[in-house]
Amino acid sequence: MKFSEYLKYLLIGTGFGFVLVKSEVVSWFRIQEMFRFDSFHMYGIIGFAIIVGIISVQIIKRRNMKDTHGNPITIPPKDASQVTRYIVGGSIFGLGWALLGACPGPMFALLGSGLTIMLVPIAAALAGTYTYGILRDKLPH
Amino acid sequence: MLDFLYQPWPWYVAGPIIGLTVPILLIMGGKMFGVSANLRHVCASCNFGNVEFFNYDWKTAGKWNLTFLVGSVLGGFLAGYVFANPEPIQLASSTIAELQAMGIQDFDGLVPDDLFAWEVLGSGTGLIVLVLGGFLVGFGARYAGGCTSGHAISGLSDLQLASLLAVIGFFIGGLIMTWFIYPIILS
Repeated sequence: MKFSEYLKYLLIGTGFGFVLVKSEVVSWFRIQEMFRFDSFHMYGIIGFAIIVGIISVQIIKRRNMKDTHGNPITIPPKDASQVTRYIVGGSIFGLGWALLGACPGPMFALLGSGLTIMLVPIAAALAGTYTYGILRDKLPH
Repeated sequence: MLDFLYQPWPWYVAGPIIGLTVPILLIMGGKMFGVSANLRHVCASCNFGNVEFFNYDWKTAGKWNLTFLVGSVLGGFLAGYVFANPEPIQLASSTIAELQAMGIQDFDGLVPDDLFAWEVLGSGTGLIVLVLGGFLVGFGARYAGGCTSGHAISGLSDLQLASLLAVIGFFIGGLIMTWFIYPIILS
């Protein structure tokens, strides 16, 4: 990867982290509020993001658009027959999401905002990821 | 203009910008937006136990995404430190009342000091929230094959049934934690 490529992804990531904090998606409070159905805020953000995502992905697909390197854009389909994996794995993720009040993106954006304590859940998330890697063959998918 | 940088952004501004991350990454380099894959890449970069799931060329697969992640930290620094909103979050009053009843006292920042501080790490509650919470996020994200960005945003943008199932799972777990387990943890 060329330096300009790194710079591109760094800038897109910076924009992403900036919006996550400005929209308070990174806030433990907003996550508690969301799971209590007390506010439209989080649903508005996720819902609007999905609508914009759907429209743009449809445009990309229908126009057979190419990326900036000239390669055709392909999106690999996920195997929806692995129902256990998505429901059980998803539920475990959800338990953690509500408990910590942050999913992976927000963990890192919060770290950047000066909350050094986020190093603890980040380390724990890496441990969780590694544990999944070890147990993967024994888990139902 | 500067005011806009300091103030919180409403959902109808933030939502579309987050959604645009999907086509921007696709058009830039055919990349699928998903943050938690980075946790796997980091594990792969130091796979001392030689676990098969982490035996792949993480540099080729993940350099762009890890760079994106470093950017997210930088964005968090700009938005949460340099241009930090000095006001407390405008939460629903019912949420504030319920959290207060559960013992949360600090409502000033993005997260409560009652749970997110080095001093509370030694307490049982701190360990459960920060360590167990982080662990479940990391474990569950890989088990489900993605997190909020990979499934709820990217996957649903591509109308993938698998991602819909995962998001249903996210809410099953989140609702159980919020309504049944969290009150016990904080009591």
